[in-house]
Amino acid sequence: MTIRLADLTAADIAAERERFPRAFAPSLRERVRFWLAWGSCAALTVYCLYRFGFLSSDFLHGVSKFGAVVVAQLFPPAGYADLPLFLKVIGETIAMAFIGTLLGAVMAFPLSFLASRNMTRSRPLQFGTRRFADLLRSFDYLIWALIFVRAIGLGPLAGIMAIAIVETGTFIKLYSEAIENLDRKQIDGITAAGGNGLQRIRFGVLPQVLPMMLSNTLYMFEHNVRSASILGIVGAGGIGFLLADRLRAYELREACLIIILVVLAVYAIDYLSRALRERLIGDHRRREPVDDPAQA
Amino acid sequence: MTANAAPRGSAARFEIEYAAYRRKKRAYAALFGAAFVVCLVAAGVTAKFDVLTLIQGLPRTTEFLVKLIPPIGLATFAHDMGEWYWDLNKWLDSLLNTLLMAYLATVLGTAIGGFLSFFAARNLARHYFIYWLTRRALEIARTVPDIVWALLFVIAFGIGPMAGILAITVHTIGAQGKLFAEVNENVSSLPIDGIRAAGGTWFQEIRFAVLPQVIPNYLSYTFWRMELNVRSATIVGFVGAGGIGHDLFTSIQLLYFSDAGAILLIIVATIMLIDILSEQFRHSAIGKAAFAR
Repeated sequence: MTIRLADLTAADIAAERERFPRAFAPSLRERVRFWLAWGSCAALTVYCLYRFGFLSSDFLHGVSKFGAVVVAQLFPPAGYADLPLFLKVIGETIAMAFIGTLLGAVMAFPLSFLASRNMTRSRPLQFGTRRFADLLRSFDYLIWALIFVRAIGLGPLAGIMAIAIVETGTFIKLYSEAIENLDRKQIDGITAAGGNGLQRIRFGVLPQVLPMMLSNTLYMFEHNVRSASILGIVGAGGIGFLLADRLRAYELREACLIIILVVLAVYAIDYLSRALRERLIGDHRRREPVDDPAQA
Repeated sequence: MTANAAPRGSAARFEIEYAAYRRKKRAYAALFGAAFVVCLVAAGVTAKFDVLTLIQGLPRTTEFLVKLIPPIGLATFAHDMGEWYWDLNKWLDSLLNTLLMAYLATVLGTAIGGFLSFFAARNLARHYFIYWLTRRALEIARTVPDIVWALLFVIAFGIGPMAGILAITVHTIGAQGKLFAEVNENVSSLPIDGIRAAGGTWFQEIRFAVLPQVIPNYLSYTFWRMELNVRSATIVGFVGAGGIGHDLFTSIQLLYFSDAGAILLIIVATIMLIDILSEQFRHSAIGKAAFAR
């Protein structure tokens, strides 16, 4: 039997609504939950706006000052006389990211085997390594940089150490996830052919995990060029120092030039690294290894 | 003899081709290896990286890390902890500020970024120029790090949480706008066509055809962004933009190391807790259903 839309009357619809109320409207409980969830979020938002002074005239004052002072003085970029210096320091920034990422990868590689469930028999050791990695990761680069500037002095070495420490944590997590996802059969094959432990790792494990590790490492290098560009704000080397210096001295046009140069450098590194990833391991993913909620 | 020639020939050919393949692979590996070493040396020279300084620095780092924790005796544990966390109320207040800063920035950034994402999605934007402009604006907002935005906003809005909130908001707009736009581009076009066929406006298309498809993904991204923004909110204080980072920065500048240790511990505990909570929420269908309906 077919029902034609034209044949339906308002009475029919009312009757259906009577019979199947849930198909026409959510239940009272759902509605209450919906309004409670959104309502409490909205209430908290309004409270925050009030608490931080967005509802006072200070905010409007700041907006007008931002327009009049900051945006107006930001353009056009200036300071081309310092261009060689800026470029040199951007080079230093990229070098910091490179060495920091590499150090992190080197430190994380052996630890990542400890942190994988299928490689480590001792559960407390595996769990402990994982938590250790979480601990290293939970501080931002800038916090580590602040610590290392105090401990080993101003300069790029503090920045390199900050990146290396955070990356050790990140790579332990990423590498051990790659190791845990590997296919057991290849290792069994090596065992069946009489291979020893080292050969199992060399021919059974590494061929499976190395492409993933390389790709993740390159991706984090891209990411760290961005991080390294701000570490100078606390004195840990790189372009961030010049940027913060110019901004604090109200040399906004020069700061603008630095920001533009950094953005260009970041794009260039992203492009190169992506090309290299595709060339090396055919990694076309645009997916980001750590910062990917869909993955979780 | 002749009968065996063909298979042996193909086996030999395989050997030859395989050897050539291996040679090519080795050559590539050597090439990449050499390029890598060149990069490494260049980087080491540029960043003035010195293994000796590094090795000398390590004991000083451990020395410093030890200074972060004051002596705590087992017998006088409660008293020592009380001494260590002597300014707990102020720090907890800063922590609350930090969390609320992150919350507000996430809400504002997601609202604005979410709105802009409809113009930055190729399938929904009506004019190519608007699409292009929105994309570039979002790109700038997220490529400039939030701490740089914070430096800019501190100039106009003065020292305090407002500058930090705005900085994180701008960064969030850029990040959410891009992620949401990608979600929008993946929606099924059938409901949109349906609304359009029934004579709906652009806003009705978005409200009744697009939003129901994308809200669950939006929520996942938003909770994850909240996690990241809590991290950002802990550091924008370094440049005077409010939050617990300000207390950390001043305590390290003034060489109050045990204070710094206490604050660092608070930060770690908070970040780990937020990570766990956010992950739980992202995985809970019920929590999301409350918002999605």
